[in-house]
Amino acid sequence: MEHASLSLTRLTRRFGETTAVRDVTLTIPPGQFVGVIGRSGAGKSTLLRLINRLIEPTAGEIAFGDRDVTKLRGSALRDWRRDCAMIFQQFNLVERLDVLTNVLVGRLADHGFLSSMTMRFSDAERAMAIEALDRLDMAPKALQRAGTLSGGQQQRVAIARALVQNPRIMLADEPIASLDPGNATRVMDALARINREDGLTVLVNLHTLDTARAYCDRIIAMREGTVMFDGSAAQLTDDVVRDIYGSEGLAEFDAAVTSTSIRPQAEKIPA
Amino acid sequence: MTLTADFAAVPAGDAVSAFERDYAARRRRARRTWAIGSTLFFIAFLASAWFGDFFRVTQVTLPDGSRDWRWIIPAGLPRLGEYIVQTFPTLRWDSLGADFAEWFWRWRTWLRLLIETILIAFMATTFGVIGGFLLAFPAARNLSPNRAMLWVCRRYLEIARTVPELVWALIFVFCFSVGPMAGVMAVGLHATGALGKLYSEAVENIDMKPLEGVKASGGGWFDQIRYGAVPQVLPNVISYTLLRFEINVRSSSIIGYVGAGGLGQEIRTAMSFQEYTDLSALFVIIFVTVVVIDYASEKLRHRIIGMGDRT
Repeated sequence: MEHASLSLTRLTRRFGETTAVRDVTLTIPPGQFVGVIGRSGAGKSTLLRLINRLIEPTAGEIAFGDRDVTKLRGSALRDWRRDCAMIFQQFNLVERLDVLTNVLVGRLADHGFLSSMTMRFSDAERAMAIEALDRLDMAPKALQRAGTLSGGQQQRVAIARALVQNPRIMLADEPIASLDPGNATRVMDALARINREDGLTVLVNLHTLDTARAYCDRIIAMREGTVMFDGSAAQLTDDVVRDIYGSEGLAEFDAAVTSTSIRPQAEKIPA
Repeated sequence: MTLTADFAAVPAGDAVSAFERDYAARRRRARRTWAIGSTLFFIAFLASAWFGDFFRVTQVTLPDGSRDWRWIIPAGLPRLGEYIVQTFPTLRWDSLGADFAEWFWRWRTWLRLLIETILIAFMATTFGVIGGFLLAFPAARNLSPNRAMLWVCRRYLEIARTVPELVWALIFVFCFSVGPMAGVMAVGLHATGALGKLYSEAVENIDMKPLEGVKASGGGWFDQIRYGAVPQVLPNVISYTLLRFEINVRSSSIIGYVGAGGLGQEIRTAMSFQEYTDLSALFVIIFVTVVVIDYASEKLRHRIIGMGDRT
């Protein structure tokens, strides 16, 4: 399996007057668990969408090993999206389809027109989907409609869909922002396990500091589209945090207030 | 009483009195707008009625043979009654069977034409569903691949539904000669336009997040539509389709008037030969058919919507 570094070079995206992502240059080695933090509108979500090419960059380059991602078109672009799986805050499942079909959507990049339109998947693909669901303890729900599941369950189905893509990178855009603490922990643990067991690079947007500290090897902080901190959890001091969130005037900045994790600070996963 | 007195006694705060003033002004404005609006509406209505000859005075013959001028509406209404009475068949209790046989004397032809009418509606609905469904996605603002495609699909659907079935039928009878095939094409084309519009509006109201999910997994445009959009619009599509079938049965029973198959040709014959009781018989046949189809498709629609979880 190809395990290359993801490198962004002076990546920029403008929306009219505003610059959502400005001159971002990063190199992410294979297998790293990277957390992206920053306040709302800092460009975290745009950054992830740029990497998956859901949004086109205004300038700059994205490269994965020797693959120039920014130049990909057509089926090569679809292959890139398959290799670079993405999960979303709102799960983005098809609620009216069953869980199994939702997971099999992860196989579509390799399908031809007819087999895709008739929803015909091979036994091997179905086995793969069930295996992925089983890793996330969701196999018993395989034939249920996705819309009937809870938020945490839906997010685990979304992770299973990402897994059957056989990706190299997993992008997660605020995956736990709409989940309760129990489900948030379950989803983050799942991502951590995938990162550890499959050696996938994980890039996750978070809005809770202690989750970022607990799970991430590396934390990247964004403010107004630029990267303003890039380092380990230990390097992320209170002063830096105050800079990131621009909470001048706030006497005490307490990560516990925004926390959605039930993991006690003492039981952190070693970074 | 003391409560209001107390309120009055306390000098109202500036903010409160400002609110009272603004509120009174707004009420005044609203009343004025309403008065002007309703006057304009009334004038427009009367003007339209005048253009439409609703105030015409016509000459009528009175029972004593003299002629007089009367307003057209009370003058014309009795003739409506006369017409309807003429279409009544003579039904007597002691010879009911024979009278019915007399009333529906052409029942063999009518039954065949009724079946033809329903088949025209069925085929036309099928064509309408295929055409409308295929065009609904490129004709929806949120899914169209580009502006040119959007423009072309929308104009096509507009033309197809703006031209009435009867006019399409005239054109197709001219091209393909008299018969049900012209009817199928006429009703089918109109149904394509009408259904395409309804479907594409349903498509424009879908949640785009599932499509983004499919796209992010490497799915193309067709995959996004098949997996993300179709499951969301399917209940609406089925509901609109059944509704359209009802409408198409009604249309197919008329288009025979210009030679495009179905019961319509019998309506024309009955009218030109002044066979008034035939008209009422045909009316009864169409009415019963439409009621039965309405009832059945409503039941079916509710069952499908109720089921909900089929994809």
